[in-house]
Amino acid sequence: MIDYCKEIFKGLKSLLIGMGITIKYCFKPVVTVQYPHESLKMPERYRGHIELVPNEENGEAKCIACGLCQKACPSGCITVDGEKPEGAKTKVMTSFVLDYTKCSLCSLCVEACTFSAIRHTRRYNLASTSKEAYIIDLKKRLEERKK
Amino acid sequence: MDTILNYIKIAIDMEPFRLLVYLVGMIMFIAANAAYLVLLERKVAGHIQLRIGPKENGPFGILQPVADGLKLMSKQLLVPDGVDPILFRIAPVIVMVPAVMSFVVIPFSDTIVARNMDIGLLVVFAFATINFLGLLLGAWGSRNKYAVISSARVVSQNIAYEIPMLVTIVTMVMVSGSLNLHAIVSQQLNGFWSWNLFNFKASPLMPIAFLILFVCMLAETNRAPFDIVEAESELVAGPFTEYSSMGFGLFFMAEYANIVIGACLATILFLGGWSCPFGILPGVHWFLLKMYLLIFTVIWVRWTFPRTTFYGLLNLSWKVLIPISFINLILTSAMLKVF
Repeated sequence: MIDYCKEIFKGLKSLLIGMGITIKYCFKPVVTVQYPHESLKMPERYRGHIELVPNEENGEAKCIACGLCQKACPSGCITVDGEKPEGAKTKVMTSFVLDYTKCSLCSLCVEACTFSAIRHTRRYNLASTSKEAYIIDLKKRLEERKK
Repeated sequence: MDTILNYIKIAIDMEPFRLLVYLVGMIMFIAANAAYLVLLERKVAGHIQLRIGPKENGPFGILQPVADGLKLMSKQLLVPDGVDPILFRIAPVIVMVPAVMSFVVIPFSDTIVARNMDIGLLVVFAFATINFLGLLLGAWGSRNKYAVISSARVVSQNIAYEIPMLVTIVTMVMVSGSLNLHAIVSQQLNGFWSWNLFNFKASPLMPIAFLILFVCMLAETNRAPFDIVEAESELVAGPFTEYSSMGFGLFFMAEYANIVIGACLATILFLGGWSCPFGILPGVHWFLLKMYLLIFTVIWVRWTFPRTTFYGLLNLSWKVLIPISFINLILTSAMLKVF
């Protein structure tokens, strides 16, 4: 009989403790991000798709179209093209196209680049209805960013 | 001003007009409650889980119930092959109508009551029981194995929880000496300590009786943690499995209407109805305040405790609630005889 009563009171007490916890949570600030209206900023080392790094002097791409990244890429996403103008010392990159549909963000291209001319972006809301949207012309992006 | 009030009084005294006002008012009250308690439920659930809940439709999501209702109404009212054509169609009505009927006798304030019957309490419980019959018939008529299992659960749960509830009600009737809900409240009008909840002269177990009534109310309305009737993880949607569109909507509205009735009854029997604890401005607002506090507690309980097992549910009733409510009954009758 005493055990019976004890059990009831113990149960009741634990129920009340549980309700105390939930009411406390009820008035805590919410932790969710209201996604379409606001989105999280990605941390420094987040790996988005790659982009070209501009040099400090004139904002042009650091890339010299050496093709190391293209060789390093295991999936063949990168297509770099360059030409050597008359009298210039180095090659000038003329096109840099990333096929993001094949990219697995392995970062091998970034490691291979001896000029630190490519890096990862922090973009992640990349939904689209067409495949073509993921074939990204990085040179054009860099020029758009410059403006 | 007085003459206008007098005219209104005369108009309200006119019986058909009065009936119409109460009928429309009550159905609107129930519909509004059903719609906005769903929103409240989702909001409270959200905040307990540290999120916001519905917020896109209108400011703070206040148009969400409208959107839900429109969505339900625009869906096809499906009657599957092989269901009992009559039972399947009338079950939602059988569940909804008693819920509306119970409101007839509930006194919201000294003056606001549709019909002040001497057997008010009996009326409410007579109709409250029909609710279960409706669920049983709808589930049985659905010809769905989940619905049939849940119909068996409806019956056993009903039997298990009707007993402690009614025994507690009998105790309350003995204390107040009346089945008239208006009369029961009238005895509790002298402030906080005259509420039946603290009526220690009648029985020292009054708060426990309130707790028993509250728990039984949760079980009678199939609310968590006693919602094994519609346990989603095992029974899909219980008795409502085959229902769609407003057939389902009616069941849903009836569930919330029953919660409101339960909260109203607990307020009337234990918390002094429309009386103010400090004696300031007694009126319908106090009734609604107490009622919504109880409803909030019901929602709060739902989002705190996990669902009990079926055996746990029956054990709680037969081993705990029924003995204690009988002890309370005997103790109260003894105290009433002695003092």
